[in-house]
Amino acid sequence: MSEWWTYTLSDIQSFSLHSYYRLFELYNRAIWPAQIAALLLGFAVWFLIRRGRGRLAATILAACWLWVAIVFHAHRYATLTWTARYFAWGFGLEAALLFGRRLAFENRRAGRAIFAFALLVQPLAGFAFGRTWPQLEIFGVAPDPTAVATLGVLLLASGRVRWELLVVPLLWCGISGATLLSMEAPEGWIPIAGAVLAFSVAMRETLANRRRRTAVPAIS
Amino acid sequence: MTRPTLTRRTLLSSLAATGAASALRSLSPAGESGAILTRPIPSTGERLPLVGLGSWITFNVGDDPAGRDSCAEVMRAFFQGGGRLIDSSPMYGSSQEVIGYGLKKLGRAAPVFAASKVWISSGARGPSQIEESRAQWGVARFDLLEVHNLMSWEEHLRTLFAMKAAGRLRYVGVTTSEGRRHDEMERVLRSQPLDFVQFTYNVLDREVESRLLPLARERRIAVITNRPFRQGALIRAVERHPLPPWAAEIDCANWAQLLLKFIVSHPAVNCAIPATSRVDHVRQNVRASYGRLPDEALRRRIVAHVESL
Repeated sequence: MSEWWTYTLSDIQSFSLHSYYRLFELYNRAIWPAQIAALLLGFAVWFLIRRGRGRLAATILAACWLWVAIVFHAHRYATLTWTARYFAWGFGLEAALLFGRRLAFENRRAGRAIFAFALLVQPLAGFAFGRTWPQLEIFGVAPDPTAVATLGVLLLASGRVRWELLVVPLLWCGISGATLLSMEAPEGWIPIAGAVLAFSVAMRETLANRRRRTAVPAIS
Repeated sequence: MTRPTLTRRTLLSSLAATGAASALRSLSPAGESGAILTRPIPSTGERLPLVGLGSWITFNVGDDPAGRDSCAEVMRAFFQGGGRLIDSSPMYGSSQEVIGYGLKKLGRAAPVFAASKVWISSGARGPSQIEESRAQWGVARFDLLEVHNLMSWEEHLRTLFAMKAAGRLRYVGVTTSEGRRHDEMERVLRSQPLDFVQFTYNVLDREVESRLLPLARERRIAVITNRPFRQGALIRAVERHPLPPWAAEIDCANWAQLLLKFIVSHPAVNCAIPATSRVDHVRQNVRASYGRLPDEALRRRIVAHVESL
């Protein structure tokens, strides 16, 4: 697109909020009862993290990302916007990065809170913004709660910050939030807030790790 | 490719023959009282109603069956009101498929003037995109194809002029929006034998009045204007205020009609293309093709009034 820098998101936003909500309504009706299975997988991820089975938890998350890439982005969202095919590739990439990844976990408050919010609160928050039951976004089958929950899981990972796994969910939260805000939907602040919080915690952790590595050992 | 430049004498004689006032003509569509106002496309003399139908955002409803039926009803009301030109683009998501759905549903009741665009950076892939668009509309051929936002316009115009020469297209044009690339647009208008040009023009965005509108008139190029309501923001802003009583002097019953009549009363403008997903709104819009139009003094009054709100 020529002079692309002169375009704002609202200039290229090619569908209405009504059509976006209807997209989720038709999608949820078409895949029912996959939402139940996805929620159970979410609880399974939480259980596996507590049991130290990080590899299996990461693989379940990978399956969710792959489902959203193919079933939501490539088959559904692509009927509204040509950009969905690129989103599908991005979600597929995150699935590949997560698949079989060995992760160990620590009990961190921010990670727990973000994951629990994405699994239990974020879908229901849609009611506050005028969505109906069939229009809600559910972890594991819809992009926003899947991305926010993944941010929570990655903040629970011990050792170095997994930036290579954080990039796609952070980007998606920014894109989705901006898309909703361009349609004057205040719920766009939810994924943006999740991304800002996750980025802040990850950055603080990265800087703390760097300080620990460069600190001169005390001589006794 | 160049077009012979008009001399002052030929320009004056052509203006005398098809002057602003005489260019307007009233026709009576079925189901409408009064007569619809039309203007001729300069390159052929074919007449088009002053208000068309855009499809940006409003017709992008994806696979939603209820949304598609709703858009078909908008199209039905548009045609019943005497409208003809529907504008779309491959950039508009599912809009072209939805238009095709509506045309198929309405069948012979759809006297559409089919206007789409080519929007792809590769000139070589232009023909396949055009064919895909044509299949989505379900029309035998497009009436008008324009190069969207001047993207790769040299290559695409070669394709479009070849299609026109082969009888597979009736009119060729270029578009831009929101005031972008007007310098380049001016060069294209001066150098290419275009039938149509499309750009943004409304009561607040009037930059084209100084150069592009007079140039289009001089070059005998039909003008389609987009974003008549600034994607609804302009309507939302003015609807908080009462319609001025003098709007009745030009047969306007609401703000949409006043804003549209400002646009289509410019003598160089052939058609404004408001988009809507509502039947009541499309009826309001298409009614702006009827009745009296503002003269220059009233046009200035409309501008001053809207700017003061």
